[in-house]
Amino acid sequence: MSLTFLLLAIALLCALSFVFGRKRAIALSGGRFSNLHSLPIHYGTYTALWCGLPALALLIVWYALQGPVTEALVISDLPVEITSDPGKLSLALNAISLIAADNGHHLDVAPEVIEAGQRLAVLHSISNTALIVVLLAVALLGLGFSYRRILADMRARNNVERTVRYLMIGCSAIAILSTVGIVFSLLFEALHFFSKISPIEFLFGLEWSPQTAIRADQVASDGAFGMIPLFAGTLLITFIAMLVAVPVGLFSAIYMGEYASPRFRAWAKPALEVLAGVPTVVYGFFAALTVAPFLRDSGAVLGLSVSSESALAAGLVMGIMIIPFVSSLSDDVMSQVPQALRDGSYGLGATKSETIRLVIFPAALPGIVGAILLAVSRAIGETMIVVMAAGLAANLTANPLQAVTTVTVQIVTLLVGDQEFDSAKTLSAFALGLVLFLVTLGLNVFALKVVQKYREKYD
Amino acid sequence: MTDMASLMEDRAAGSDAANLRKPVDWDSAHIARNIKKRYAAERRFKAYGLAAIMLALAALVMLGYSIVSKGYSAFVQTFVQIEITFDPATIDPDATRDPAVIGRANFDGLIKDALRARFPEVTSRSEKRKLYDIVSSGASYDLRERVLDNPSLIGQTRKVWLIAGDDFDMLNKGYISAETSEASRRLDDDQIGWFQSLTDSGAIEKRFHTRFFTNGDSREPELAGIWGAAVGSFYTLIVTLVLSFPIGVAAAIYLEEFAPKNRLTQVIEVNINNLAAVPSIVFGLLGLELYLNVMHLPRSAPVVGGLTLALMTLPTIIIAARAAIKAVPPSIRQAALGLGASPVQTVSHHVLPLAMPGILTGTIIGMAQALGETAPLLMIGMVAFIVDIPGSAMDAATVLPVQIYLWADSPERAFVEKTSAAIMVLLAFLILMNGLAVFLRKKFERKW
Repeated sequence: MSLTFLLLAIALLCALSFVFGRKRAIALSGGRFSNLHSLPIHYGTYTALWCGLPALALLIVWYALQGPVTEALVISDLPVEITSDPGKLSLALNAISLIAADNGHHLDVAPEVIEAGQRLAVLHSISNTALIVVLLAVALLGLGFSYRRILADMRARNNVERTVRYLMIGCSAIAILSTVGIVFSLLFEALHFFSKISPIEFLFGLEWSPQTAIRADQVASDGAFGMIPLFAGTLLITFIAMLVAVPVGLFSAIYMGEYASPRFRAWAKPALEVLAGVPTVVYGFFAALTVAPFLRDSGAVLGLSVSSESALAAGLVMGIMIIPFVSSLSDDVMSQVPQALRDGSYGLGATKSETIRLVIFPAALPGIVGAILLAVSRAIGETMIVVMAAGLAANLTANPLQAVTTVTVQIVTLLVGDQEFDSAKTLSAFALGLVLFLVTLGLNVFALKVVQKYREKYD
Repeated sequence: MTDMASLMEDRAAGSDAANLRKPVDWDSAHIARNIKKRYAAERRFKAYGLAAIMLALAALVMLGYSIVSKGYSAFVQTFVQIEITFDPATIDPDATRDPAVIGRANFDGLIKDALRARFPEVTSRSEKRKLYDIVSSGASYDLRERVLDNPSLIGQTRKVWLIAGDDFDMLNKGYISAETSEASRRLDDDQIGWFQSLTDSGAIEKRFHTRFFTNGDSREPELAGIWGAAVGSFYTLIVTLVLSFPIGVAAAIYLEEFAPKNRLTQVIEVNINNLAAVPSIVFGLLGLELYLNVMHLPRSAPVVGGLTLALMTLPTIIIAARAAIKAVPPSIRQAALGLGASPVQTVSHHVLPLAMPGILTGTIIGMAQALGETAPLLMIGMVAFIVDIPGSAMDAATVLPVQIYLWADSPERAFVEKTSAAIMVLLAFLILMNGLAVFLRKKFERKW
């Protein structure tokens, strides 16, 4: 495979240039390292960096641009009647990429498209060959340039350390870049969506049925994109989850922190944390195959009609998943309350529970509120449990026994499978993603603010 | 100030009242009742706490029980012993012993012949078709392998153990009961009768199901295995690790050791904390848009999965690494700097080695999260039905959690046990990783 080969080649060249650089420095030192400004290892690293970094940067840029550039070249050669119609164009592009991958023999398409496909294949092979040549040239140039610059009084260490520092800054910047990437990728497609559907309808519409007509003469498939029912469903499930997670999590934290013997804590705490490590798809399976049928059957015994994909089942299991999250966060907060406050309360004759309720809990309240808000944001963004255990039909109801759908469920159902990215149906997933991102971001920031602003500061 | 003043006023005003009030009679019935009530409340409160923990642990036990009880049977598989005549006219009519010729032979026909010979009373076409279901459609490949390995079988008649079809496997494991009405089960009375007669003659056996660990996915539950998904998970995790570990550690070192405290680094810090709380599906949307729509990387490939998960794991690693680096006492740095080491040397020779166990622990936990992650991978198309074992990170693949999701959606009863068994394998890996993290933490724990 060419990428592995290229990476290996670069690594090999780096190793070689390290050896060369070090050798040259040793030779220049005339046997005494104190004649050199830096240690020989620094000269080696210097040449290795010059050899590897430009080549790696080139590789990344090349791979990022190769797809779009070749595609643009191919499109520019297509006849106008294909390029002017976005639907036709995307069909043609699919065919072209299939033909280029030598996979489209069965396709019945225009000769221009076949030609374009073959052209794309040629372009790809040209690009790959050119990449290898250019990459090796850049690596060798870097090696030669840095090798010739090595002198006994060259400040190799300072050079290397400066580069290392810039590299580290670059790595930290990736965190910002990924946020920017999230915002832009969501915003770009969401704006696309809003050019088809008005934002007012999306934000305040009471109906969600993302089926859109593929042919103009199709009936009853206009599509309605009101996100209110999705958010109502999300909030209903989140509410049920919190009803489970908050009391159980809080009381667990109180018992662990204040009552439990060290021996009990030593096995109960890790056991509780196992709940947090279980993958959500496992919870989804548990909810769909064990909890939901159990609720349906017990509902039938009581004479209630419980939907087999009820909000209750998804919410209950999601609550179980969030218990350790609430308990460990509030445990941290409550253990930060100083012992002096407890001792003072005991000294006044209060019992343990009175101390916890009237002294520790109020003191820890901001932290606990923050923990609960973080848990809410996690529940809103949780996907697999609701995908497997909640329904698909958008249902504006407050009845936990009925099926509801959520934002994340809709994102998954809209985007799984082969999709064209010019229908309002697929684009709506990005608008939903944007709203989801903003809501959870807002909750997180708010939670942090609450904790910072209202935290009791001791000593 | 005002508190103090009001307190003084209270004292002055209340001094008369205090003189008039009777001293508290600590032995009175009222006080005794009150104390009893308070102790009862105390006991109740403690009981609530214990009940909460027990509830959470009960949920864990129920989860484990429901998975294990549904899944343990997937590790064995029903086999049927059938007397196969390796008819030379079908396998190798010209006696060439050429593997290509043998490979093309109709082994399925041999099995059908053998089944018809075993149950001569079955005559009608539809009855026969029901009879053939006893043996899995994958059994003919086994037979071919057997003959290719040992061509001397041709012309002989041997009793051969063949893998049974999924419905009969379910029957053998007791998931299909003869007592339910014929219309509401997948096997009719005839089929159960045939199976019973095979059982009575000792031709039915349960064996360890190696295929489950060595096969890729399949539409036939008895042939489906987790190896393809396991390899896909492996490639995905490797890509994730190779990207997120160096980048995460470098970012942590910069932020903790070199960064000036200014607006920019503050923004980076807040950003990282927020990224850690962004829903995973949003990272899936980012991967879909960036890697697939913009960069045109191959769909369903572990490379794209790894790139997506790397962005998701990055904040976890950065936060853990920063905590570990912060825990190294400043005196170590000052000693190194005092001996003339440069800041970069101080970090790379002294701080980093001391922080490494902590960083590794955080990384393993991040990798465990990535291993269990499903939603972002659904977005980038790793839900495709893929039978082949991926050969590289560029091939289409699926991962263990997605395999679980796919099987959980399958209607066949037999996939329920496969799903549960796959969950057990996934959980085993997770427990292993978390155990390793705990071990590392314990082994290198250091108090300064």
